[in-house]
Amino acid sequence: MIEGAKWRRWVYFYIPLGVFILWLLFPFYWMLVTSVRPDRELYRPWMAPNYAPFWTSHPTLVHITDLLTQTLFIRWMANTLFIAIVSTLISLFCGLLAGYALSRLKFPGGGALGTGIFITYLVPQTLLFIPLANIIRNFKLGDTPWALILTYPTFLIPFCTWLLMGYFKAIPRELEECARIDGATRWKAMLYIIFPIAVPGILSAGIFAFTLSWNEFIYALVFLSSAEQKTVSVGVTSELVRGDVFYWGQLMAGALLGSVPVAFIYSFFVEYYVAGLTGSVKG
Amino acid sequence: MAVSDVISQRAYVAAPQRSAATRLLEDERWLAAVLLLPTVILLGLFIAYPFVEGVWLSVTDATVGVPGHFVGLANFTALLHDSIFLVAVQNTFVYTVVATVFKLALGLWLALLLNRHFRGKAFTRAFVLLPFIIPTVLSTFAWKWMFDPTFSVINWTLFQLGLIHSRINWLGDPSLALISVIIVNVWRGVPFYAISLLAGLQTINPELQEAAAIDGARPWQRFWHVTWPLLLPVTMVVVLFSVIQTFADFQLVYVLTGGGPANATQLFATYAYQIGVGTGLLSQGAAVSLAMFPFLLIIVVVQLLYIRRVEVH
Repeated sequence: MIEGAKWRRWVYFYIPLGVFILWLLFPFYWMLVTSVRPDRELYRPWMAPNYAPFWTSHPTLVHITDLLTQTLFIRWMANTLFIAIVSTLISLFCGLLAGYALSRLKFPGGGALGTGIFITYLVPQTLLFIPLANIIRNFKLGDTPWALILTYPTFLIPFCTWLLMGYFKAIPRELEECARIDGATRWKAMLYIIFPIAVPGILSAGIFAFTLSWNEFIYALVFLSSAEQKTVSVGVTSELVRGDVFYWGQLMAGALLGSVPVAFIYSFFVEYYVAGLTGSVKG
Repeated sequence: MAVSDVISQRAYVAAPQRSAATRLLEDERWLAAVLLLPTVILLGLFIAYPFVEGVWLSVTDATVGVPGHFVGLANFTALLHDSIFLVAVQNTFVYTVVATVFKLALGLWLALLLNRHFRGKAFTRAFVLLPFIIPTVLSTFAWKWMFDPTFSVINWTLFQLGLIHSRINWLGDPSLALISVIIVNVWRGVPFYAISLLAGLQTINPELQEAAAIDGARPWQRFWHVTWPLLLPVTMVVVLFSVIQTFADFQLVYVLTGGGPANATQLFATYAYQIGVGTGLLSQGAAVSLAMFPFLLIIVVVQLLYIRRVEVH
């Protein structure tokens, strides 16, 4: 804690922290208020004398019910959930095996392959989306969930591998050697001794991968075209803006509800998420 | 070779009941090959192959549905004379540098605040990370609504505080649009910096701080001479990741301005999208996004060299 007078504590600690929290969280409050505000209040210019920005006296659920009944929002949620779960599982599977091989086995080319995976970790999606769209079309995957399920692992696997390598390196070799002396094969020692110990790492990687795939935008925007196939981010962006008209009530309701699954998982696994985040930037 | 043959033959003798597949997996090299196969296939198909395809596209005149012919470096030389592309390059650099400086400064400040002991610390930390975990496109829409010139809550607040007298057109004014986009990028990135740097701060032994305090170092000196050097390796890695993501950013600009007004917020990625997907000029779009590659490569190499130097010290 800060030493000295009480005012110093306020000036150096409480006020800056308070401003940070207000700034970081206000947009979410604004989403919430907008999504329950009736249209006649919503489209009242800020210069109007009765503009009351921070609350509403006539809360309404009309935007939310419209969103759920008159748009494909529920379909988009289901699509996103399916894509996020399957691509996370694929990435965890690949990342576990690759992480184990790169951190605990000696083989020619191991170092080069590790470096290669680290470099793919740094490749942004916007570098390759145009040729990748071509390839997706050639593979006849365009406008199907598989276009995303198979491409999301390109940024999830390097992350999972990198994170899990850290966990595997921390497990003492003796544990595995004991099991092998007792007659376990390498394969079984990996499956029954090493993987169970790495469960916290697997959970961290899985949660982080899930939020990353829920968040992805440009691949989903380019590879999917029909309204029924879209993910939440793309659906909200393209279908709730008709021409030049923004349906702000529905948009904010969509933004709010579209964030719920990620926020829900996050709230249960904050510690694992933070471990994944900080593990992902460990050199 | 011979030695490993002897070893594996001995293994066969020791475990005669095992199947051929299991025996093969006892060899580290075979096991590694099997374990890495799914990763290599997926990354090869969807990273290496598109990269080659992208390079090929960028030296042809292909459009959607038309394979195109080899045209050499014509697409790239055309870019050098494309005034919009040059604006996009300039914007991308301004966007990356300004946003990174603010994210680092504010993120470090927030990390130092969160590193103190206070009631509700875990709770605060969990909430602070929200802008980073909520899907970017969705939270960016909230900002777009907050920036709306007619209905803006920001304008209302500034007006009530007496700071402005007429409306500010945050996203519609070419001289303000890039600043507005940077504000949103900083908003989204500060939690990532803060939480990562906080993790770095927590590994620093508090006794070092106490020792410096006993020696009479002022708080600012303690930060500059004790905390900052120890935090530098973590900081560099965080900056590396963040710079790449910011440089290649797409979704923020796509939602807020679409690159407008008058290309004032056009970045590499948004311009590539506009040309490659919007107008269907695949080859030129591929050339624009590939033009990012040398810049990214330089950023990565310089930072990795710097990180290595910092870690050696």
